[in-house]
Amino acid sequence: MAVFIQTEDFDVAAFYEALKADAPQIGAIVTFTGLVREFNDDSSVEALYLEHYPGMTEQVLEGLIEEAAKRWPIINATIVHRVGELRPADQIVFVGVNSAHRDAAFAAAEYLMDILKTKAPFWKREQRPEGDKWLDAKASDDERATRWL
Amino acid sequence: MSMIKILYFAKLRDQLDCAEEAFEMKAETFSVAELKTALCDRGESWQKAFSDTQVLVAVNQVMATAETQISANDEVGFFPPVTGG
Repeated sequence: MAVFIQTEDFDVAAFYEALKADAPQIGAIVTFTGLVREFNDDSSVEALYLEHYPGMTEQVLEGLIEEAAKRWPIINATIVHRVGELRPADQIVFVGVNSAHRDAAFAAAEYLMDILKTKAPFWKREQRPEGDKWLDAKASDDERATRWL
Repeated sequence: MSMIKILYFAKLRDQLDCAEEAFEMKAETFSVAELKTALCDRGESWQKAFSDTQVLVAVNQVMATAETQISANDEVGFFPPVTGG
């Protein structure tokens, strides 16, 4: 179980290899990588800035992995989230899960992403020439997360 | 003296122009709701910030509610709904 909060970019292959090296009983690895999209309908946005609550963020994400391990027979999980300044096409988040079979790995990876988006204390700010703007939370993300209640 | 640490994040911090403060509680323990009331008594900008957004709260880095009790040396974090991922 590993959680990384970092400003620097990450190497998906390295995290994949670590999940693969874990144990001989692994039959499935599911990985998800989130990228910064081309900014919504507004080309004046220059970059995104990601802020978080140091300490709480790590605790929340570790708690999510523990909860996922109770719900599904996963063997290991990794969550990586970047903070600081990010630009379109940058990698922002990684979730990787391994297990004996694919169903647990798929479900746990989806669960981790859905709950991360609604519970982990990160905030996005758009940097614009006329002044920065904090993004609002999306109702659609809350709806997705309620599937796991 | 029951001192606590209060942290403000993201849009809320910008609105209040305050990232962190030491706060002296007037009682041994305080509920989150009582703390909010005390902060809102500071004036219009505080009232507005705490009513404008759906402000979330964590006590000692664990999500809390209006009823959660706060005691000396606790860390209270106030922040808007999260937007990571």
